[in-house]
Amino acid sequence: MSAELTLGPNLFHWPTEMKLDFYNRIADESPVGTVYLGEVICSKRTPFFEKHLDAVADRLERAGKNVVFCSLSEVVIKRERNLLREWAEQEGRDLEVNNTAALLYLKNKPHRIGGLLNVYNEETMAYLAGQGATHFSLLPELPRAAIVNLGSRAKTLGVGLEVQVFGRASLALSARCYHARAHERTKDNCQFVCEEDLDGMTLSTMDDEPFLAINGIQTLSYRYLDLMADMEDMKSIGVTHFRVTPHTCDMVAVTKMFDDVLHGRVTVEEGEARLRELGIDAPFANGFYRGQAGDAWVNEPISA
Amino acid sequence: MTPQPSPQRAFGGSRAFPFAPPLPLFVLRPILKRIVTKIAAENPDMFDRLGPHRHAYFLIDPVNMPFMLYLRPDPDALDFRAVSRNNQLPHVACISGTFLDLLTLMDAEQDGDALFFSRDLVVTGDTEAVVCLRNALDDVDEPIAESVADMFGAPGRMALNALRRAAETAQKRKGADQ
Amino acid sequence: MIKPELICPAGTPAGLRTAVDVGADAVYCGFQNATNARNFTGLNFTPEEMEKSVAYAHERGTKVLVTLNTFPPAGKFDLWKEAVDTCARIGVDAIIVADISVADYACRTYPDLRIHLSVQAAASSPEAIEYYVREFGVKRVVLPRIMTVSEIKGLVEEIPCEVETFIFGNHGLMVEGRCSLTNYVTGISTNMDGACSPAACVKYERDAADNMSTKLCGYTIDRFAPDETAGYPTICKGRYRAQCREGGYYAFEEPISLNASNMLPDLVKAGVHAFKIEGRQRSRAYVKKVVGAFREAVDSIMAGEEPKLADLVALTEGQKQTEGALKTKKWR
Repeated sequence: MSAELTLGPNLFHWPTEMKLDFYNRIADESPVGTVYLGEVICSKRTPFFEKHLDAVADRLERAGKNVVFCSLSEVVIKRERNLLREWAEQEGRDLEVNNTAALLYLKNKPHRIGGLLNVYNEETMAYLAGQGATHFSLLPELPRAAIVNLGSRAKTLGVGLEVQVFGRASLALSARCYHARAHERTKDNCQFVCEEDLDGMTLSTMDDEPFLAINGIQTLSYRYLDLMADMEDMKSIGVTHFRVTPHTCDMVAVTKMFDDVLHGRVTVEEGEARLRELGIDAPFANGFYRGQAGDAWVNEPISA
Repeated sequence: MTPQPSPQRAFGGSRAFPFAPPLPLFVLRPILKRIVTKIAAENPDMFDRLGPHRHAYFLIDPVNMPFMLYLRPDPDALDFRAVSRNNQLPHVACISGTFLDLLTLMDAEQDGDALFFSRDLVVTGDTEAVVCLRNALDDVDEPIAESVADMFGAPGRMALNALRRAAETAQKRKGADQ
Repeated sequence: MIKPELICPAGTPAGLRTAVDVGADAVYCGFQNATNARNFTGLNFTPEEMEKSVAYAHERGTKVLVTLNTFPPAGKFDLWKEAVDTCARIGVDAIIVADISVADYACRTYPDLRIHLSVQAAASSPEAIEYYVREFGVKRVVLPRIMTVSEIKGLVEEIPCEVETFIFGNHGLMVEGRCSLTNYVTGISTNMDGACSPAACVKYERDAADNMSTKLCGYTIDRFAPDETAGYPTICKGRYRAQCREGGYYAFEEPISLNASNMLPDLVKAGVHAFKIEGRQRSRAYVKKVVGAFREAVDSIMAGEEPKLADLVALTEGQKQTEGALKTKKWR
């Protein structure tokens, strides 16, 4: 069974130049097989990078990467609804759906289901596959016990199954922008203050314990997922794709480490050690996969 | 049982309450026992709702009373007694509030969450056990305070009415302060 | 003009009877397991209690809607399937679902069983709603609490099903059904296990100065001074620190409740089919006061009179109320 490393959509609002440099480097140096592009979190951010999307996609494709375009996750106001419709009706691109509204347009057209859409069980998976879904990226909170069942059904259905193995985990979406709120602004007058926090804005408890990370309407874990040590186990239960999500740390290095471990070129121990040398400013977590609190870090390998 | 109102003590304007000290606590024991036995006998479903928490000991602290109440809502080993404030008995959770708030809460006349929001009700210890007890009591149809009062005939009902009036007055006073 | 149904919460059979007796048009409730999003200890109905409660309600002309509004994790679908079977067998008036698999099973197996789309499905656009109507024949959608009255009016005109809006109770702007904050801290999933901030993980600690700290599995999610009103122990209602702020602030939402009583006439005019009161975890006292007050208000509006509303602020979270998103989008 082939296993492929993918680069999830960039969830944060990086300056355009920084994003362009980032994807150029990924094209030139990263071993990832698939790159997901597009603004997933905030419709107000879309104009900044929209004009570069096709060029970036072409550049990545020339470098041998498979490129997928992602939809917005929250679609409420007219502008977002129009954006989503245009997105769903574009031709010639692989599409990953992050809001149910897009499913209205994509019936019987091949598409992917994103990690922000609620697919918790094999019946929902089968239903969506019957309507054209070819690939499922899972929610970070799904435990191994559920993924086992999803894995075997994915095999029967002949669809891809993807799990996030690195980066902050998306925990919640909102109708309200929490970045704007923190700066006592409204979403309409946010002045793109989220640009200040390239990996999200840390929220700490009243006891100054770092807890969560805010990214506009999204709330993420403060801790970074690191499921490097579980990838072998995931392969054995039917996971076909392994997603790392972009952060400001050296992502070429991160993708190389995960790819090396995934394909057995280096040991898990060595990979984990290298990951910890990158100086990521937050602890790691692997609890969700183990059916424990998501913020937990468990050293022991998972037992089947 | 003869009510023994204490003229020199007034807590929350409830001097007509029949259990008022200086009644020795052991005198309360058979009364309290009768109350829980009656409720338990008439509402057996309540214990299913309690699940494993039926074996737990709860400390109920009427903050304006000189004693506390100690409850194990276990149908096979019911326990409900008044204990001294100095008594350090093991318990999974403690629920504190004025006697009236606790009484009306038990009677589904007041909403527990509302009392919690206003900080009139304080919960420490095993929160789940308390929430579970609250939910179980809320499914008891009969007004518990009423039937307790009925057990003491006319004086009991008078005492309850006096308590209610005191509560209303206190509520109004609180409202006027805001 | 449509007379909106008043949809009322019940956490126990006694709560259901109270809601029926004070004039609910329909009561919504759930089973004692993970199939509903208020899976709290001591709360909810056994299948037998549900059957008896449905009989009690139907004898008095009240409908019963059963919440099956969680997401079955892979391998556990049978529990949700059984719940749908039970609902069909005992003749509930509708099921309120969130997951595609549950909706699909119900509409294939029991074509006559009415399906309402739960707010947990997070259908926040006409397109998303239309998808569920097209695929599963959904008859009514419960709208997220993020729309203005004029948006609701537009939606009513645009979508091919009935609309239910919240008018009282919990006010949250987190997208319901898309939140795993509780699972991140406790290992219990709101979507899969049906509990947000389960009480077993909540501790209240008082310090010497009588401040109360709310702790969820060790994380301090809020701290109240002695004179401050409190809220629910949920992560999204807590106070936190951020570098750009002095001291703790409500990063997501203040402890506050929705109270749409002043907006009722406008919502009736907008063509809303049902008004929902939140609070299956609340007591009979709450049901009696809130349902009673809104019963009178809706009846007055339909009779062309000014609605009089009892003061419900004491029952609201943090003892504060808001008209929420119904009036303005400024909160975004």
